[in-house]
Amino acid sequence: MSKRQGITIFGETSGDELAPITTELLGIGKELAGQMGQELTALFVGDGVSAAAAQAFKYGADRVIAIDAPLFADYMTDSYVGAVAKYDEQYQPEAMLFGHTPAGRDLAPRLSFRLKTGLTLDCVALRFNESSGLIEKVKPVYGGNAVATYVCEAARPQMAAVRPKTMTAAVKDESGTGEVVRFDPQIAESDVRGKFLGREIEEFSGIKLEDAEVVVCGGRGLGGPEPFDQLEELAKLLGGAVGASRPPCDSKWCPTSCQIGLTGKLISPSLYIGVALSGSSQHQAGMSGSKTIVAINKDEEANIFDFAHYGVVGEYQKVLPAFFAKCKEMMSK
Amino acid sequence: MLEIVVCVRQILDPETPAKSFKIDPATQRAVPPAGSEPVTSDYDENAVEAALQIKDTLGANVTILSLGPASAKTTVRRCIAMGADAGVLVSDPVFDDSDSYATAFALSEAIKKIGKFDLVLCGRQEGDWDAGQVGSGIAELLGIPSVTMVAGFSIEDAVAKARRVVPDGRELVEVPLPAVMTVSSEIGEPRYPSVRRIRQAFAVDVPTWTSADVASAESLNKMVSLEVPKHEVECNFIGGETPEEKGEQLALALRNAKVL
Repeated sequence: MSKRQGITIFGETSGDELAPITTELLGIGKELAGQMGQELTALFVGDGVSAAAAQAFKYGADRVIAIDAPLFADYMTDSYVGAVAKYDEQYQPEAMLFGHTPAGRDLAPRLSFRLKTGLTLDCVALRFNESSGLIEKVKPVYGGNAVATYVCEAARPQMAAVRPKTMTAAVKDESGTGEVVRFDPQIAESDVRGKFLGREIEEFSGIKLEDAEVVVCGGRGLGGPEPFDQLEELAKLLGGAVGASRPPCDSKWCPTSCQIGLTGKLISPSLYIGVALSGSSQHQAGMSGSKTIVAINKDEEANIFDFAHYGVVGEYQKVLPAFFAKCKEMMSK
Repeated sequence: MLEIVVCVRQILDPETPAKSFKIDPATQRAVPPAGSEPVTSDYDENAVEAALQIKDTLGANVTILSLGPASAKTTVRRCIAMGADAGVLVSDPVFDDSDSYATAFALSEAIKKIGKFDLVLCGRQEGDWDAGQVGSGIAELLGIPSVTMVAGFSIEDAVAKARRVVPDGRELVEVPLPAVMTVSSEIGEPRYPSVRRIRQAFAVDVPTWTSADVASAESLNKMVSLEVPKHEVECNFIGGETPEEKGEQLALALRNAKVL
């Protein structure tokens, strides 16, 4: 066990670039590696990823390794878990960090069971504890009502998946270069049970929720699908997008792709407006990074007022049209 | 006939408002607020619904499996009332405070003891610890394929075709059975059991298996602290005689703060 060395991050790419989560993983990975006096390795798995992978040198990776073959073109549990398990056997990292992404949250759990080590998903902070020599993994639990800190004492590698947008991204340094090492994990197509059949991309128009500077969010108190038209109108005026807490999505008042929260999307807009929304911890977990939080709710006891910067106690049916009209007037000036 | 095992967990009601959420510093566990009843973890109810949809269309024998305290028998019975055929509770102090590894280990041992299974369904993540690892873990320990975050699936000729939830839509994959799937809420609202079925479920024998029946494993992760995060925001309540006036004042306040 003591032979294990270094921190490995599981990198993901987006076209020819590193995905944002990857620069965030490199940021936290470099910090931990520095504190632990160890090297930082970026591992990439895919088909034709080596060129994008080389970018990791510019974000602080000491070493970049690519598992690059047609078999890895699409994420499949068996091929990816098999490949990364072989990587672990060969390179023996002390710790492995993943993004809490569709690939990461499927890959990391199964891999941790194969390696028989302790993983923590959806971490919002990672800290190196000098006295114990362990990485402390911090994650929200009880629907965001509490925060738990875990360590993995004996088993290795230490494993964590980090929530996107919670770690400071590594700063790009154009001078960083190096040679991407290709690693062949010797996985055959026959090792993969099942097939990747394809993708359904959701039709999308307007601004992406995750990227929007203004998000107007509806809750259970809207009472039905119709009021979402009003939110849509306001979002359009403010150049933003519409989101929702979980109840409206579960009741199909709006598409599930609108869901913001622990089990939905994570947003950090400049302005968040919550309408008829109680502000459950589970929802809060997805939007607490918003710069200015506005709440409109008829219930002055609503939880959202505990973390909103501006609050209006009143029926949204009356507050919202007046707010909309005033905004429109101000913006036309 | 397809044999389906659904793993369900009884949890503290996640609708507990943040204000009444307390942690007992001695046990490092959440304290249930007075009058609050434990519930079935919500994604687990979606998993039961998924199993019942298959039962409705193809026919299946659905067994509910839960690891937890004696009170979790209520959860097993509720799932039987929804339409499942049988249930087992694994309960023993040895399993208290199990992490994902120890939980999945005990559940996989119980599934082996149940014996026949074509499909194992779990919720995508627990409503209390939100660990999201148990389904994948069971699959690895049983040595069978897994598909996580499933929004819908079909079964034909011992192959499951599943749609996985990803941020921009769905990924379509197929895996041979037996397999494990973790189910997301997109699968559909869990059905309500009828009063008649709830009454009938009380008569169903739900055996309790202990560590004498099911092998246990050590936890690998250790929780070193559990805290309630502090919120330090002072809400600026917008005044006004009428709701309409408050709406206008809000716009002005945001303009003054250069937010708009």
